[in-house]
Amino acid sequence: MERINPRDVYGETLVKLGEQNPNIVVLDADLSKSTKTYKFGERFPDRFFNMGIAEANMVSVAAGLASCGKIVFASTFAVFVPGKTYDQIRMSVAYSNMNVKLFCTHAGINVGKDGFSHQMIEDIALMRVLPNMKVFAPSDPYQAGRVAELMAEHYGPMYARVSREPMYQIYERDVLEEMEIGKSIKVRDGDDITLLAHGLMLHECILAARDLEKRGISAEVIDIWSIKPLDENEIIKSARKTGRVITVEEHSIIGGAGSAVAELIAEKGINAKFKRMGIMDVFSESGDPRDLFEKYGISKEHIVKNSMEMCLD
Amino acid sequence: MKKHVHDNELVRKLNLIATRMRKKIIEMLYRAKSGHPGGCLSAIDAIVALYFHHMRHDPKNPKDPNRDRFILSKGHAAPALYAVLAECGYFDKKELLRLREINSILQGHPANTLTPGVEVSTGSLGQGLSFAVGVALAGKLDKRDYRVYVLIGDGEAEEGQIWEAAASASHYKLDNLIAMLDRNRLQIDGTTEEIYGLEPIVERWKSFGWNVLEIDGHDMKQILDALDKACSFKNGKPTMIIMNTIKGKGVSFMENNLKFHGIAPNEEEYKMAMKELEELERRLEGKNGED
Repeated sequence: MERINPRDVYGETLVKLGEQNPNIVVLDADLSKSTKTYKFGERFPDRFFNMGIAEANMVSVAAGLASCGKIVFASTFAVFVPGKTYDQIRMSVAYSNMNVKLFCTHAGINVGKDGFSHQMIEDIALMRVLPNMKVFAPSDPYQAGRVAELMAEHYGPMYARVSREPMYQIYERDVLEEMEIGKSIKVRDGDDITLLAHGLMLHECILAARDLEKRGISAEVIDIWSIKPLDENEIIKSARKTGRVITVEEHSIIGGAGSAVAELIAEKGINAKFKRMGIMDVFSESGDPRDLFEKYGISKEHIVKNSMEMCLD
Repeated sequence: MKKHVHDNELVRKLNLIATRMRKKIIEMLYRAKSGHPGGCLSAIDAIVALYFHHMRHDPKNPKDPNRDRFILSKGHAAPALYAVLAECGYFDKKELLRLREINSILQGHPANTLTPGVEVSTGSLGQGLSFAVGVALAGKLDKRDYRVYVLIGDGEAEEGQIWEAAASASHYKLDNLIAMLDRNRLQIDGTTEEIYGLEPIVERWKSFGWNVLEIDGHDMKQILDALDKACSFKNGKPTMIIMNTIKGKGVSFMENNLKFHGIAPNEEEYKMAMKELEELERRLEGKNGED
């Protein structure tokens, strides 16, 4: 099956949003060819501002534009926003409650050969902790476009991350049209174990679930693309049903969606076995994305192994 | 744009307001038992000039899309802004005495979500100028004729983000952006030139593509003239007004006194300060015939 770049869909969606709404403004920090915001820039040069390699300024400028009624998308690599700009996001955007949409690409270790300096695995933790901020991590290329649409439709500070690597298409159009902020998507029904994932890891979980089926284990797979707000009801329902929950993400096991689910399960007193899969509080390295998923323990094979252990324990 | 006539009467009137604002600031900080008197007193003359004469704004319509904007990038001077906003009628003056208290609309540093008239939250230095660049860009985009005024501290200009913002303002030819730098030469740990030299400050801003004016930041006529001049430039550049000021200006024992960067006056200091300012106020009111 052909894979599609979520970045390409994001860039095309921005053009569509720009056609529908003259208040859409886009900023980038000298990576518009990579984030694909250049597509908007070509179509609407007056509403596109390349802010140069000066991310801190870009984020506060975005807030200034937003204060004048603009819906501002600001994009670069996730390692730079939020990586270099936590304070600007915290005060100019979140605390000031500005209508700024930080839509960032190249999140996670799939960035590959550029190495850890460019592999952002802390962004969800950084953004999740800010009041007013919503956090999304689409799992399908066209879902990335739909997330951008939802971000434009709803007021407030929001952060979305997508991978550098292309993604498999998982959803039909009708599923995407029904998407709502704070609602997860059940991709597969199952009884024995719940696999919760976002981004590229959702597809790994789908592959793992097929393998597990052959081994007699019925895995429920849920896309938790909306990490904040989290779909608490669906997660609790599934955890109660299967009694086993594994979260899988291309993010540090500390502070990401896995932590959000752990907090939920603990506080609601759900009696379920639980495991977080992610980058195990270590620095990753250069390499081919598939090799990195394998080495850092988040490939399909690891998901199958962990699921088997949990089910057979 | 209205034509300004900076006659002596206007200057006297604004100086009188500035003196009353100084009293308010001292009273607020004394009651709050914390805050930053030095930087409020060095900045207040410029803020008074903007709100009581120069800027186009309407306290009854604080979200008017055509309003001139003022952004206090050096957020620790919040009490100076609050005193002026209350005097203009953006909110009830009674709120001033609840500065820094729990459940107050007046936070220790400006918070736009809580205080009418505050454009954006500031306090972490370096961000306000960038925010102002965004507001100025929006003005160009929407072809609105408002101007954006932003006050930054001299210590604040040590932040790298200030220079990112400075570069972007000239790159985007934001001649609707006017920055004022409160050059009081003191920061928490010492003089700016000891800690992290800012000179040659005029040349630095010029080299970033800005018009630069340098004035006495406590001379009301010079402030008004500089603001007018900044609005008259037709060269597509943003303008920086370097205001040479005195930290703690107006209260003798606070002037150039590092101690009063971030410490509120105690009772004795409060009384002494109020006495000095009341004398000045009487002189400006002309009651002693010294006008």
